[in-house]
Formats: sequence, C-alpha cells, structure tokens
Amino acid sequence: MANIQATSPKPTGWAHRLQHGDLFFWLLTLFFALVIIGLVVAVGVVTYNGSAEARAEYGTSFLTQSDWNPIETDLYQPSYGAWPAIRGTLLSSLIALLLAAPTGIAIGIFLSELCPLRLRALLGFTVELLAAIPSVIYGLWGVAVFSPWFTNAIANPLATSIGQFIPWLAGPIAVSRGLAVTGVILAIMILPTIAAITRDVLQAVPNHQRDVMLALGSTRWEVIWLSVLPYSRAGIIGGVMLGLGRALGETMAATMLIGNSTRIEESIFYPATTAAALVASELPNSNSTMHESALIYLALVLFGITLILNLAARYLVWQTSRGPAGARA
Amino acid sequence: MAATAHPAHSMTVRGLKPFYAKRQAVQAVDLDVRAHEILALIGPSGCGKSTVLRCLNRMHETIPYAHAEGSVKLDDLDIYQAGIDATLVRRKIGMVFQMPIALRTRSIYENIAVGLRLGGMNDRLELDRRVEQALRSANLWDEVKDKLQLSGLALSGGQQQRLSIARTIAIEPAVILFDEPCSALDPISTLKIEELLLQLRERYTLVIVTHNMQQAARISDRTAVFMVERGQEQPVGLLVEEGSTEQIFSKPRDRRTEEYISGKVG
Repeated sequence: MANIQATSPKPTGWAHRLQHGDLFFWLLTLFFALVIIGLVVAVGVVTYNGSAEARAEYGTSFLTQSDWNPIETDLYQPSYGAWPAIRGTLLSSLIALLLAAPTGIAIGIFLSELCPLRLRALLGFTVELLAAIPSVIYGLWGVAVFSPWFTNAIANPLATSIGQFIPWLAGPIAVSRGLAVTGVILAIMILPTIAAITRDVLQAVPNHQRDVMLALGSTRWEVIWLSVLPYSRAGIIGGVMLGLGRALGETMAATMLIGNSTRIEESIFYPATTAAALVASELPNSNSTMHESALIYLALVLFGITLILNLAARYLVWQTSRGPAGARA
Repeated sequence: MAATAHPAHSMTVRGLKPFYAKRQAVQAVDLDVRAHEILALIGPSGCGKSTVLRCLNRMHETIPYAHAEGSVKLDDLDIYQAGIDATLVRRKIGMVFQMPIALRTRSIYENIAVGLRLGGMNDRLELDRRVEQALRSANLWDEVKDKLQLSGLALSGGQQQRLSIARTIAIEPAVILFDEPCSALDPISTLKIEELLLQLRERYTLVIVTHNMQQAARISDRTAVFMVERGQEQPVGLLVEEGSTEQIFSKPRDRRTEEYISGKVG
C-alpha cells in the first residue's frame, strides 16, 4: 500500500474518473438508457395529444362502443367505437397464443433436450430464419395459399358440423378472410420466437440439475418435467409474452387476412379487424380530424393493452420464479 | 466391520472400456468393489477415474455419443446386459456429485421427496417418515428440521452436499458413488462429510473418486490408482494398481503409483 501511494500521486475526484474513462463511459451508457425511456414517453405523449379531440368527445365509452363508422352521409353522423378493434386484437392474439405457446415450447424442448447434436444446429438455424421472414410474406402466403386451404379443410367442416350448435364456430362462410385464419397465421409468425427463446432458456439450465434427476433414476421426460421446466419457467413465460406482444401489434399480415370489417360477428370464421390493422388501413386516408383523432386514440389504447399485458407478465414471472422461500438468487 | 443387519452388495468390473464417441477414454478396467467397504479411486487429472465411476451406474451414457463396453456386475447381475433398464440401475446404484446440488425450484423437503415420488410413493405420512430418516442418516436433520419448506439454496455448501447425500440414500440404493464430493467444500464441511461416509459404510457399499490423497488415506479401505498415458496421439487413462489403502500408501507395487503418492507426478 505504502508503495503505491509513494510512486503515484493520488488523483482526485473528476479528473481521476475521467482519466480512466469511467465517468465518460458511464454518462454515455446512461444517455442511451435514458433514450429508451424517452422514446416510450414520447410515443405516449404523441398519441395522447393526437387523440385529444376523440377523447374529449367519447371519453372511456370509446372502449366499449361497438360502432365504427367514419363515413358521413345525409342520414348518419360518423361515430367511433373501439370495441370491434379491441375485441379482434385480443381474440386473434388469443388464438395465436393458444396454438403457438404449446407448440413453440415443445419445439424448444426438442431442440434443447432431445434433438441429436448434428441436427440441432440445422434446425435451430431454420427456426431463427422463420423469425426473420418479413410479415408481408406471411400475409401473402396466407392470402394465396393458407386461407383458401383453411376455409375448405377446417373452417367449413367445423362450421357445418359442430358450428350449428356453437355460435362462435358458425357459418356460412362467404369469404376466406377472418379472425380464425388471422389467428393461425399470427401463431405461425410467433412460433419461432417462442421456440427459439424456450430453447435458449433451457440450454441455460445447468447440467447438474439434470444429472441429479438422472442419478435418481428419472427418465428423460421426468428430467424435463420435474427439473428443467420448473427451473426455466420464468424465461419461458418471458418468451411467450414476447410472442404475444408481436401478435398484438402485428399489422401487415393482419390487415391482409382479417377482412377489415368493423362489424362484430360472433363467429370466428367471419371477417373482423384489429386495432393495428384499422389504424394502418384508415389513417392514410382519414376523412376528418375527428377520424384521425379517433384512430390515434385507438393506437393509444393498443399501446395501453401491450403495456398492461407486459406488466401482468412481469408479475407472473415474479410470482412463479420465486420458488420456495429462502432461495438466494 | 460389516454390520450383518444390512444387506451386503458388491460390484465386479471386468473389461470395462468407456468411450466418448469413437475414442476410448480408459484402457480396459478390472476392478472389485467389496461389500461395506469404501473404495477410493485416485489419480491425476484426465486419468479417467470419474469416467469409470460414471460407468458404474450407467450415468456415462447420458452424455451424448458416450457409451461403455465390458461388464459391470452388481452382485450377480450384469447392469450392461441387454434388457436392463438404466433408470432402475441408477436407483440401485446412487450417485453424489462434485458440486453440492439443491434442485433450485424445490424446498428442502421436496429435494429429498423427489426421488421417493419418482418411485411411486405418494402417501404423505410415509414420505414424511422417509424424508426424516434420510435427513437423519445424512446428519442434517437437526439443522433443517424447522425449515423443511425453505429452498434448498438457503443452505450452506456443506449442508447442500449432505442434502444431496440424503436425497441419494432416501431411495435406499445398494451402492453409492461419490464423484469428488468434497472438492468444492471448506475443511470443516469436508470433515463432516468424511465422518458421514464412515457411518454410511455400515449400511452401504461406497466408491469415492477423490483428488485428495490424504482423504483417500483417511477414509478408504481399498484404493485403486489411475494414471494417464500421454505417449499416444490421444491420452488414455489406465488402472495401474488396486489394493488395500494401507498397502498402496506404504509399499506400492507399481513405480508410477509410488511417484504419484510421493508427489513426483500428477
């Protein structure tokens, strides 16, 4: 100690920190971190201000009113209710989540735990490639290939059989655009995200957590079910939520496939709309300042929905990852 | 030395060759593990002693592309013969690892009960009884009896290692394999584990891999010495000598053993 003090004059305060670049680097990274918060606030402020006219007119009843009619005629005043778009957003994302979460988690489990090493790299690369396909291509494929097939092979048989008793599966199906087919395409789009994150999270589980279970005479399945999945629960939920976020905000594929109808139909095989699809299709040619304001209000609502769902996911992760009391993270 | 109240189980290893993919890691091993003894496997790093240990309960083959040839008998049953279920072998021949491992998402109680549940035990009272019995046998009961529902991670390293041992003995194996069980522990925890191993010898047959020659000398009845041959393109481990611990440490038959014991190699 004495030696160090004797040979180097003790630098003080700012000069010392600047000399080592620490302070500069700290400020630089802090600045970029604050940019993130600034962006979130800016999006909130812009949508809040832009929607002032619609908020003054409709208030919170905007959320529950189900007529969206921007056309002004001699007989009708335009009216703006967000419920059809909110309902379509939530339902199409729910369908996507119900299909993609179990499938994606299963793919992740296979890639991490069961796949032969030689096949793993190839399959993993393909999954990541799927995540990188632009959504317009999914939409195009959905319109040209998938939705006609879906209508013939799945929607129509369902609608003409059990659909006669269950209203939300009812027909007759006139066009091959609708809520259900959009949900399925959204599921395909978010599947690689969920699969890739599940795989990464499972591969981060230390091998000794597996070895202990194997040494107790577990089968591979018991190792996965009793040790690996509980260990990585929080991360898997995070991956599913990331997928859900993508489904909620997906615009292009939804616009191409959902039929863009603001009428509320009970059957999921009928055309509907989502918040993102409605904003994207109407904002560029809005009829009036009120129309524009209502669309921005709708964007604000979508922003709110994603925010609330993400907070709920955080809470869920926090709840499930605690485990038994006394664990040191 | 052997308590007659407990069943005596021995193991016989003949021509055991562990492979990683196509590479043979250790030359053919012949080894006897006698009932109610502690057999120590010692040797320098890379000599294959842990690999051999993991072959004794078919854990070796859980590593991708690894397999073993030869015969390993528990009493009269060859655990490598066709039709033998490896998961059942591992319930008869337990294993404790180098790192003290608590299953992270489970309480202390569930860390022990998990093996019993795997065996189909669901009765709450029976589980309680067996968990307590296992924790008592591992000299851990008094320290954890008031916090069974806490996470296993709330325990110290030494306690977690005794938790690992309790988890293994809860399912009443015949033989327990220890893979350097003290190398991550402080001296006091090490001493407690060594005392525990000597107690467990009354009831089980034990095989321990250790880096610590003093540990082998302190607790083992017999010792097997492994070396690594570096002359070939791939280093290969081999068993050079097996004998009573006293003989190995006082008058080794093999020159390589003598050099290793006296600190000239390894």
